[in-house]
Amino acid sequence: MEPQPRLLFEKVWDAHIAAETGDGSVLLYIDRHLVNEVTSPQAFEGLRVAGRSVRRPDLTLAVADHNVPTENRQAGVSAIVEPESRQQVETLEANVAEFGIPYIPLESRRQGIVHIVGPELGLTLPGTTIVCGDSHTSTHGAFGALAFGIGTSEAEHVLATQTLPQQSARSMLIQIDGRLGQGVTAKDLVLHIIGEIGTAGATGHVIEYAGETVESLNMAGRMTLCNMSIEAGARAGMIAPDEKTFEWLAATPLAPKGETFEKAKTAWRALRTDPGAQYDREVRIDASQVAPMVTWGTSPEAVTTIDGSTPDPNAIGDPAKRSQVEAMLGYMGLASATPIADTPIDMVFIGSCTNGRIEDLRAAAAMIKGRRVASGVRALVVPGSGQVKAAAEAEGIARMFIDAGFEWREAGCSMCLGMNPDQLTPGQRCASTSNRNFEGRQGPGGRTHLMSPAMAAAAAIAGRIVDARSF
Amino acid sequence: MQPFTRIEAIAAPLAMANVDTDKILAGQFLKTITREGLGEKLFWSLRQNPDFVLNRSPWNEAKILVTLDNFGCGSSREHAPWALLDFGIRAIIAPSFADIFYNNCFKNGILPVELNETVVLQLLRLASDPARAQIAVDLENQLVTPDGGPSIRFQVDPRRRSDLLNGVDEIDKAIQQASQIEQFENQARSIAPWISPIDLQLAEAQ
Repeated sequence: MEPQPRLLFEKVWDAHIAAETGDGSVLLYIDRHLVNEVTSPQAFEGLRVAGRSVRRPDLTLAVADHNVPTENRQAGVSAIVEPESRQQVETLEANVAEFGIPYIPLESRRQGIVHIVGPELGLTLPGTTIVCGDSHTSTHGAFGALAFGIGTSEAEHVLATQTLPQQSARSMLIQIDGRLGQGVTAKDLVLHIIGEIGTAGATGHVIEYAGETVESLNMAGRMTLCNMSIEAGARAGMIAPDEKTFEWLAATPLAPKGETFEKAKTAWRALRTDPGAQYDREVRIDASQVAPMVTWGTSPEAVTTIDGSTPDPNAIGDPAKRSQVEAMLGYMGLASATPIADTPIDMVFIGSCTNGRIEDLRAAAAMIKGRRVASGVRALVVPGSGQVKAAAEAEGIARMFIDAGFEWREAGCSMCLGMNPDQLTPGQRCASTSNRNFEGRQGPGGRTHLMSPAMAAAAAIAGRIVDARSF
Repeated sequence: MQPFTRIEAIAAPLAMANVDTDKILAGQFLKTITREGLGEKLFWSLRQNPDFVLNRSPWNEAKILVTLDNFGCGSSREHAPWALLDFGIRAIIAPSFADIFYNNCFKNGILPVELNETVVLQLLRLASDPARAQIAVDLENQLVTPDGGPSIRFQVDPRRRSDLLNGVDEIDKAIQQASQIEQFENQARSIAPWISPIDLQLAEAQ
């Protein structure tokens, strides 16, 4: 009998069923468990209270990223002024020492955002399962891994057993064909997709991104795309590995080498959806129709093209929907039915696990062209890792940013979320390359416009939201 | 984990869709290393308004929340259900939930109940009336019963239901299958030997 055709997701899933639990669920084996300082303290405490140990510390990697200041890195933990933030990082350091878990200290040249560091080290491999107490774990799906965010109780479960009780997910194909226009990036593409299917459009589903546009993206772009899958509600986003994936891995320190690498590549080439395998849902996207995108509201689905306008609540029939749009415009301090272009901004943030890679910084730096950050605007450039920082300094990009009046910082989550000193003040408006524009996300009362690195850099120079293509 | 069997309590109406976990518990309150004490930080920005439903009697005593689609979207922070639980919320009724939040609720003895939007809108109306805001949520029989009836049946995964009814420790359950996990590890090592232990010293050397 012919084997049943299977999806990429199903192949990875099937290869990780450690045990059936007899009630329709499985214990899914976890190959890589990433741990940060915010969502892990209670998990380690749970282990201690129950007298349990970590089953596979050698498959676990800890990195502090959320609370970390982006200045004075060489001072290590002592640079963290805020006592509660410092306590979280110190707690992580004590826990990794107690349980024998590999940890990248703040002073290390490889330190950074865990979702940038994992792929850089070559820990993110095709066909693996990767979890982390952080929703943007979906990033790692760009390598053909099944990677998803979990809660702290689940993290404790993985620490204790290296497995998670799971039920299978539904599957969704997002087929993307056509060529992205000049100056249109993976960030614009994913914002466009979220605008199309909505912030709950993929709830309960694992997305597979496929098609010629996806194949044409470099690994950085693929990571940006998978990173924001969670913003469409997806459990995970995945892309079948190909030669670009293998090229990336070949340049990393911890991916397999030599004969093992060749054997692995043979196995990884089979990690694609078989002809005839059925998805539960399919969505088609024409990449040639995607324009640079900017969010106007407080949900990633509240997005428009750079030549678009804020919505007109009066044109919305559904009263619940109408009042939601009114509330979003009110919070954002924006008039209805008004072009998004030319909106003045106070801050710019270039960085995060979505857009903090070297390719993102290159795209942002390319907008400078000898110009300077507009007066009255503060612009932060925060590399996603120490490696990204070193590369940008070696290439001369860091100098370009500094000369143009951008602040050049150390690696970390920074202004993506209000947990470290990089925050908006109430009412401040920010052009941001991060992933969430929720109320207060970048600091209480702050207003976030999500966009690509090139668009954010152009906004910094113009002092307002502009079309990077004609800038 | 504390079990959930049946509660009868005040339900608070929160007629908002896409309530994200940043809104439920804002980033500045994530710097704790315990699970307790987050109730007073729950819905921080909304609660600055004295008229916000959870600031008013009888809903300041609510144990049930009735809300709209995609509740709990965004960040995976389990601090969101911890804050709800610390406030006293034991059940949340909505047309749909975000996946990670939905999982996190079950781990903390909170029952998320999915009902169709028409029913939820009716419950929202009832919950908005202080005289009729009492609702019973019964996991054993999978029924939601507003004050004065009739009961509405809801669906829930059998494993999650039985674990929550019994307050099962899932880790203990999985540890009982340790020999199977070990067998799997040995097999996987021969099938995919490249998934090797994480050796940071090797990375530092390069």
